[in-house]
Amino acid sequence: MSTTTEETNTAGRVSAGDPEALVALAERVAGWARSGEEMEVYVARGTETEVRAYEGEVESLTSATSAGIGIRVIVDHRLGFAWAGSLDESVLGETLAEARDNAIFATADEHVQLAVPDGVAAVPIDLWDDLLESVPTTRKIELALALEAQARGADPRIRQVSSADYGDVAAESALVSTTGIRSSTRKTSGYLSVGVIAGEGDASQTGGGFSVGRGFDGLDPERATTDAVSRAVRLLGAVKGPSGRSTIVFDRRMATTLLSIVSSALSGEAVAKGRSIFAGRVGEQVGHPGLTLVDDPTDPRAYGAAAYDSEGLACRRNALIEGGVLRGFLYDTVSGSRSGVASTGSAVRGGYAGTPGPGCRALTLAPGPEGYDEDGVLAAVGEGLFVQSMTGVHSGVNPISGDFSVGAEGLMIRDGKLAEPVREITVASTLQRMLLSLVAVGADVEWLPGIAAGQTLAIGDMQISGV
Amino acid sequence: MIETPVLERVLSEALRNGGEFAEIFAEDKVNSSAMLDDGRVEELSSGRDRGAGIRVVSGETTGFAHTADLTERGLMRAAEAASAVARSGGGGTRTVTSGALTGSASSSMEGRATPTTGSKADALELLQRADEAARASGAGISQVQAGFGTSTRRVLIANSEGLLAGDEAARTRFSVSCVALGDTGMQTGYETAARTLGFELFDEVSVEELARTAAAQALAKLAARPAPSGELPVVLAGGSGGILFHEACGHGLEADHIVKNASVYTGKVGQQVASTLVTLVDDGTIGSEWGTFGVDDEGRPAQRNVLIQDGILTDYLWDYLRARKEGRLSSGNGRRQSYRDLPMVRMTNTFLLPGTDDADEIVAQTQRGVYVAKLGGGQVNTTTGDFVFGTTMAYLIEDGVITEPLRDANLIGNGPEILQRIDAVATDFSMTPGTCGKDGQSVPVGCGQATMRLSGVTIGGTAE
Repeated sequence: MSTTTEETNTAGRVSAGDPEALVALAERVAGWARSGEEMEVYVARGTETEVRAYEGEVESLTSATSAGIGIRVIVDHRLGFAWAGSLDESVLGETLAEARDNAIFATADEHVQLAVPDGVAAVPIDLWDDLLESVPTTRKIELALALEAQARGADPRIRQVSSADYGDVAAESALVSTTGIRSSTRKTSGYLSVGVIAGEGDASQTGGGFSVGRGFDGLDPERATTDAVSRAVRLLGAVKGPSGRSTIVFDRRMATTLLSIVSSALSGEAVAKGRSIFAGRVGEQVGHPGLTLVDDPTDPRAYGAAAYDSEGLACRRNALIEGGVLRGFLYDTVSGSRSGVASTGSAVRGGYAGTPGPGCRALTLAPGPEGYDEDGVLAAVGEGLFVQSMTGVHSGVNPISGDFSVGAEGLMIRDGKLAEPVREITVASTLQRMLLSLVAVGADVEWLPGIAAGQTLAIGDMQISGV
Repeated sequence: MIETPVLERVLSEALRNGGEFAEIFAEDKVNSSAMLDDGRVEELSSGRDRGAGIRVVSGETTGFAHTADLTERGLMRAAEAASAVARSGGGGTRTVTSGALTGSASSSMEGRATPTTGSKADALELLQRADEAARASGAGISQVQAGFGTSTRRVLIANSEGLLAGDEAARTRFSVSCVALGDTGMQTGYETAARTLGFELFDEVSVEELARTAAAQALAKLAARPAPSGELPVVLAGGSGGILFHEACGHGLEADHIVKNASVYTGKVGQQVASTLVTLVDDGTIGSEWGTFGVDDEGRPAQRNVLIQDGILTDYLWDYLRARKEGRLSSGNGRRQSYRDLPMVRMTNTFLLPGTDDADEIVAQTQRGVYVAKLGGGQVNTTTGDFVFGTTMAYLIEDGVITEPLRDANLIGNGPEILQRIDAVATDFSMTPGTCGKDGQSVPVGCGQATMRLSGVTIGGTAE
């Protein structure tokens, strides 16, 4: 291996909480565009801390900063992209050169274009907690240790606390393009996450819980622990459940997962490329009349709330399904152009190493008129299965065909109440049928990590495979 | 990447506040990828990621910091951050003296041909050939996406025990996914080839064949009926069926789960945990398989580990930290996604050794059941042993004959129970590549087995 000499490293010295410095860097790189070239420069920087506690001690403490750049270049309708996990001065030029070289080989496509400011004003959302930076590491360690201790002592049936983590992230990004885009974002978040193992005799069951927030204050070990412990303990004694048709009540966390799956079919790109079950069905009844689905990243309570999308356009509220009727899709600039519509401000990207594409940030279902909480939904359903965890979502759900089959754990619902626990079963249907078979939507909205709200959902006519 | 005297000074700095062990993991990874979708080359992407992760172990505690700054100044800052955990320990300081590091930072993938690199134009030609072959497979093919990705990853590991090791590996991957459209809606097919090789992957793999296989799956499933619901015998074709072992026991044999008593296999070494037909191996040394490497991400050479011999559990998989606790050596299974991550116990290439049965005979002797030609993935809860694995191409077996195709579904079982139900293993062994995710980190792995039968598994279809 070669050796490294001292390099200049000035561009990366951008102080935390100062996105204007990142914007200036992005502007400088975008200024290198040649005539006939459109360019978009995305720069991001973050710091993170993670503390993992185990048996009364710190198992690991991670502290890190990272930064990177992603550059898109369009020449003659051909797109090239390159990224680097560094903001070193030497890296910036290399990355741009690679992006230019990549553009030479792409297929010319009139729809390939960068976002242009569309006059929609961004809804200001403050996602930055100034206090986070001043919290000393020792307090973060204390919180992780307290979480672990609390979980261990919460119930005599808790045999093991398999993980107890504190984590926080402060992330900033800036986006500048030759087409007039200039935006910056900054966001902090903090979380507590705990995993426990409950045991009775030979049987063991697991449960997880968490507490999330914009910073350090407000993180609640009690909440995370109670959730984890009750999930594990109530599954003790679970046996393989019976096969048959049933109404399934998905708890709030599972509902978040379900909506995320549906969201992939609402992407304007999937529609334009014939990979969506909803393609060509705008104006048709695709769901139960009680199904109204909206993506609204301007709701500051949403975990995925954002002022700007990943192309620098203002995020906005988009109605997708109303009263079961499909109203539209989410578009970024390219997929919008392909479909002859404007971007809906719905570009998302996986950090500096990814390119933008349309996606949801804050999906939510309109609650049913009854205003049910979880108990209300259970009572309304009467008999069925309550699912508190699913496995194999990536291996058993095909969002293109709509086939849906997942492993599940939960409790039977008898007389409108949670009854005996079951495990090692699957629940199956198709996404198309599930949307039409909606039985109830809870008003118990909780914003959990992810792109969709958590709210208790009941779906009828699903197949359980078990004994 | 980093000169030896610098490594020694940084390791000394890392142990300045005490601690028993310090390690520098430096990585330089170059990626390039291209995607053809909807008939167009939409995106060529290049990426460069370079940095180092430094950890310090003090008692039960690990301090970790990473940096993209590989200068001595940057590394010293990371060492200082990682050593903060040792501050309370107050142990004596240690200096890693000049010349303490032995070993070689050069690639340990000895005896291997230098990976070749194809030009971007070469990659695009492959993508176009795959697109054409898929579309030529049938009028029902409505959409094709073909992806090419290649990476070169150089790593250097130095630790306070004097270890200095390095590795360099090229990995190349090509995938085709197809959508078929018919009266019954849309169906999908997916096929991938991935090896620890450069562009010479394509001396071994025909992209047209991959494309035709993916297209054939999508087309066949247009006529698929809903998968059954309930318990039936299942025959798994060789290759992707290895996912069963990855989930049913592989994860449960990782020592980090074992030491936390979070695995159904804790305390079972020496016991019969599977049918006597099962001999399970994890081997990071074989050929150019997707999970192969020279040294692991802690500098330990890859090795062959027998986990289950004739149904008896012989050992777990180990990384440095968990092995140290038990006073033994790592089994070469300490891996990490990148320099930004702490290493964990991970599988490499995990496979069932072939048996003596005939694959066709196994099907012929199955009255009624499901034949799984391809699995897509799976997931396990190591504590309970319950796991799922999903089919992406499956058929009914009726009267010993493979008949109608089935829609995608997950199968569910409990690891220790399912391993006892393996009642036939054939000779037609093959491997398949995959990406294994654990605790937020993804690493390339291989899975493999020969055609085999489970006497009963719960199939999660919708047919009553």
